Amino acid sequence: MTELLARNADCIVWLARYMERAENLARILGVAETFARDRAGRNWLAVVQINADEERFFARHRVADARTVPHFYILDPDNPNSILSSIKAARENARTLRPMISIEMWRQINRMNTWMGGLSDNAVAPANLAALCEEIKEACQLHVGITEGTFYRDQAHYFYHLGKSIERADQTTRLLDIKYHTLLPRPEDVGSALDISHWNALLKAVAGYQASRRVLAGKITPRSVAAFLLFSDSFPRSVILCVRQMDWLMTQLRTRYHLRGGVKALELLDGLRAALTDHDIDHVIDHGLHEFIDWVQSQLMAIFAEIQDSFCVTRQPSQSQSQ
Amino acid sequence: MTRPRISLPGPGLLSGYDPTEFFCEALSPRDDGAAQLAAIAARLNALDPDDLRRRAARAEKELFDLGITFTVYSDKDAIDRILPFDVLPRVITPGEWTRLEAGIIQRVTAINLFLADLYGDQKILADKIVPADLVLGNANFHSFMRGLKVPCGTYSHVCGIDLIRDQEGLFRVLEDNARTPSGVSYVVENRNLMLQCFPDLMEETRVRAVDDYGLMLRRALEEIAPAGVDEPSVVLLSPGIYNSAFFEHVFLAREMGVPLVEGRDLVVENDRVYMLTTAGKAPVHSIYRRIDDFFLDPKVFRPDSMLGVPGLMDAYRKGNVSLANAPGTGVADDKAVYAYMPRIIKYYLGEDAILPNVETFICREAEGLKYTLDNLEHLVVKPVGESGGYGMILGPKATKAEIDEFRAKLKADPANYISQPMIGLSVSPTLTEKGTQPRHVDFRPFAVTGASTKVLAGGLTRVAMKEGSLVVNSSQGGGSKDTWVLAGEGQ
Repeated sequence: MTELLARNADCIVWLARYMERAENLARILGVAETFARDRAGRNWLAVVQINADEERFFARHRVADARTVPHFYILDPDNPNSILSSIKAARENARTLRPMISIEMWRQINRMNTWMGGLSDNAVAPANLAALCEEIKEACQLHVGITEGTFYRDQAHYFYHLGKSIERADQTTRLLDIKYHTLLPRPEDVGSALDISHWNALLKAVAGYQASRRVLAGKITPRSVAAFLLFSDSFPRSVILCVRQMDWLMTQLRTRYHLRGGVKALELLDGLRAALTDHDIDHVIDHGLHEFIDWVQSQLMAIFAEIQDSFCVTRQPSQSQSQ
Repeated sequence: MTRPRISLPGPGLLSGYDPTEFFCEALSPRDDGAAQLAAIAARLNALDPDDLRRRAARAEKELFDLGITFTVYSDKDAIDRILPFDVLPRVITPGEWTRLEAGIIQRVTAINLFLADLYGDQKILADKIVPADLVLGNANFHSFMRGLKVPCGTYSHVCGIDLIRDQEGLFRVLEDNARTPSGVSYVVENRNLMLQCFPDLMEETRVRAVDDYGLMLRRALEEIAPAGVDEPSVVLLSPGIYNSAFFEHVFLAREMGVPLVEGRDLVVENDRVYMLTTAGKAPVHSIYRRIDDFFLDPKVFRPDSMLGVPGLMDAYRKGNVSLANAPGTGVADDKAVYAYMPRIIKYYLGEDAILPNVETFICREAEGLKYTLDNLEHLVVKPVGESGGYGMILGPKATKAEIDEFRAKLKADPANYISQPMIGLSVSPTLTEKGTQPRHVDFRPFAVTGASTKVLAGGLTRVAMKEGSLVVNSSQGGGSKDTWVLAGEGQ
């Protein structure tokens, strides 16, 4: 069986996106929890803002605090962006893909979904939140590991990694945004102990603490960390690495499997890669980091739409999944 | 009445077990296999109940984790349920299996000849062996199938014959499932579970394998592919993840190594079927479809159906794609036609049925209706158009009021019913909260037909988990057991 159903390509891309999204949301909540310890809870609103969920959130809650925000983003079944919803959606996609994915992959997603469904409100209470975020991250990483070790390397594997890379790039920009845009300290606080500790927390959240210590040689500044997250050649969650990965995956799909589609997506990827290669961090910051991040996010969305249009078309539109 | 039973060495799991007047699938002697049966009975008897329960719980958790489930729909939620799995196996001896296999092949052969005739010259109707109106007036009889030549002359490619064992230990056919019989995934998964959780139970017992079903099915689908196609492309067509049998569709697609498609994945162009892939359209030659006839093609059947493929029947009529099972096979597994099966076998094959029917009265016939009305309290009455045990009445277990109510329904629409004497279904030792107890079982073996018919050496043993109950349907709380067909000499 060499063909891949267009609908299954869509499902595998989304499976990867939802799992990556769940992991990143756990990371964001983890870092927000760290920030909140210092700033009496002011920063919970930032999580809502970077996800552009203000409308949906305030329709359900009056204030964004240590109880409402984690609940909204972890356990709320009516929030399509909650971790619970993401895992459920990942499982639905996995269910469709069951004849293709390994039994181990399916079992783990299925178990994780059952576990998430059984969590009580108490699990997201402030005292338990950090531990829960850790557990969710680990479960997601278990998925990644099982996938790496058991998923057959055919077309579907390339689409899986396309979905994962696109989501990861998007989420890294969001994490950067939470600190740089929303938590922008007063000018006099830049470089203060508090500021540095926030950057450290953020780096820990993206699993980049160790690497950044080595690479940045102790120069933890807004510029150096932003440069690391955007442009690092070697950090697995850096935006440029995700973009390069997508470019490679698309090329593989076109050469190994002779897929003719995806020309427009490749062009867009090329443009995005050029922008990330040609500009240095000073240029980006001078012209507005937040604006740059916004542009990167919109390019990622356009690339994803092109991939879907090229490869994932069925006779009737499949149920739309949430961006 | 005490029936002979295999003696057990000393007290154990089966000490308090009493199958009473029923045939016991573990302890009643057969014509052959005495030594093997005795060894298995001794092995079961030696099991520790607490350990058994622990392992049963582990098996159950595994079923949930693997999502080996069927879906039950309530008002707003879809709930995944597992088919309760009983850990004590049901055993069939080599001699019994030889006869069962021959009987199933004979029956499936007759069913396919019957369908070829009904959609061809209709000789059996002209010869008045089966009443013409029973067939021609049947909603499952499709006139567009008339005159069509199907590959290998096969209509019912996958056939599940429901059998029961009566009090004498004789297997009898209860029902034919010639359309889209389900349950084979449980046969294979139950065995996997057994091997995983009870390896010690299976040691030294030579049980025939069931894991070749997918290959058997794929081979048959390749055999029936349109002539001239060298490497036929096979797919499984499912209604999708919301179907209650979706797990089985997943299982079969995986075991066959073919794409699991939905209607929206297929298009018909110039009377040829294609699936939509990342590389564009790829041809499809053979479809194992698990959606009902009436949803196959909105251009022919229900225009509002989103499940099917517009133009599929045109492609089928042109011989560009094969469908298993063929549309219109439902006319052969109708509960009313069932009563005529022994005569149908005799008519086409000149042989007596190897597997007898359960005696059946046809209420559309005056004689059958009168007998049924006169003996309601001794009979099981079933509507011919329903499945899953719905709408039936078990006379001996019903109250007077229930019988009176049913009598009115029967008089209002007699053609919708058949009746049969209540059969004392065989029992099998089953682990219950009250210990090891007899529970009634039935049996559904699966036959796959391409160029020839092969029977999987095993089958689905369904068990009525409630004490005394005869209802084994999963929708009504039934469970299942692993079925061990013992290997004979040289197997």
